[in-house]
Amino acid sequence: MGIFDDELRALRETVLKLGGMVENAIHDSVKALVERDSDLAREVIKRDHLINALDVKIDEECVRLIALRQPMARDLRLITTAMKITTDLERMGDLAGNIAERAIELNAEPQLKPFKNIPMMAEITKQMVRDALDAFVTGCSRLPYEVIKRDDEVDALTVRNFEELLGLMIQDPKIIPLAVKRTYIAKYLERIADHATNIAEMIIYMCKGKMIRHTEISDDA
Amino acid sequence: MVAGKNIFELKDFSFYYGDFLAVKSVNLGIEARKITAIIGPSGCGKSTLLRSLNRMNDLILTSRVEGEVLFHGVDIYRKDTDVIELRKRVGMVFQKPNPFPSSVYENVCYGPRIRGIKKKSQLDEIVENALVRADLWKEVKDKLHESGMSLSGGQMQRLCIARSLAQEPEVLLFDEPTSALDPISTANIENLLQELRKTITIVIVTHNMQQAARISDYTAFMYLGELIEFGETDTIFVNPYNKLTEEYITGRFG
Repeated sequence: MGIFDDELRALRETVLKLGGMVENAIHDSVKALVERDSDLAREVIKRDHLINALDVKIDEECVRLIALRQPMARDLRLITTAMKITTDLERMGDLAGNIAERAIELNAEPQLKPFKNIPMMAEITKQMVRDALDAFVTGCSRLPYEVIKRDDEVDALTVRNFEELLGLMIQDPKIIPLAVKRTYIAKYLERIADHATNIAEMIIYMCKGKMIRHTEISDDA
Repeated sequence: MVAGKNIFELKDFSFYYGDFLAVKSVNLGIEARKITAIIGPSGCGKSTLLRSLNRMNDLILTSRVEGEVLFHGVDIYRKDTDVIELRKRVGMVFQKPNPFPSSVYENVCYGPRIRGIKKKSQLDEIVENALVRADLWKEVKDKLHESGMSLSGGQMQRLCIARSLAQEPEVLLFDEPTSALDPISTANIENLLQELRKTITIVIVTHNMQQAARISDYTAFMYLGELIEFGETDTIFVNPYNKLTEEYITGRFG
């Protein structure tokens, strides 16, 4: 079974590599926004095809392993989890690309006010992605449950961000085009956090063989 | 499992070959009209357990049993058990196809004939029915009087199944029924088992875990004579609770 174990190790490493690329995309897209660096934003957009290519490669490898190795039990759960979480990672990459696009548009205009909520959201979200992928490698621990809990913080920040911008828009309707783009960005981050939550839920499935998606989480880690 | 649905109930059943304990105090229910697969490494006692269900092991002189094998609630190891009748109700198909050295027709009507059925029209009907149920009729209807040994391996195995079916058993025990067959013949037998399951209880011993996963409703995993884990096949192959089961089915045993 040595070869199969090597293949599974390689699969885990490839998923981690994809995770790292996505994490960078989130980091750089928000940095491009906060530091008004449109060149960096364009680079994030340009790099997205690498994420897509790796997503396809992982899917193909999973299908190959299912066909040739006929995995059972925890091996089967690992492979199906890898297939599902790469889809989530790829979507996160697309959303980072969306952030970069909005950054380019906003950077072309004078800055409305310094960013406060969005960098906080980005930090939490990146940590969620990192922890979810750590859990994918290290296996069963409390980490995926922590990830799921932190999604609430991101949701709360999304709402706060919207309310603050709404107040400014009511005071001065001229800023609406810029403010709306800022709410988009918060929404993109909020959706990235949702994808990280999906990953954490799949990791719990991988560990315990129990689907907790679309159910109330009972924390029995 | 609901006890009422079980056609077999094994209670603290142990089987000895001389001093060697081959099956250790197994408790197991076999549900009627389902397929139960028994898996496990060579020497784990799975064939011994299977053969205990219709007392095929009686032929081994030094063997003895402890505990009970209840068939419809009655222990088949009671002294007054009619073993011939038991084996008619609980038939068996083996690893290697073993037709009698006679015609296809004679193979199938052997059982009914020794049961005393003599009328040709009645025997014809039994033979046709059994061959249809074994999914062999179309292939052999024009060579019923040719030797059963002239058929292909897969056809011979289905002939043996037809021979068993002619006895109208309630249970069929299969001991590695496809290990000598090619993939297409194997698929034919597997499809046939799915069909038979509607009317007959099936217990199958197989080394082919994919086969157990494909066809069975319940899976029992045995190791060193013990029943390690028993459950719905979906659970056993996706999320077994026992570490030994997991190691065995993921191929990381030993």
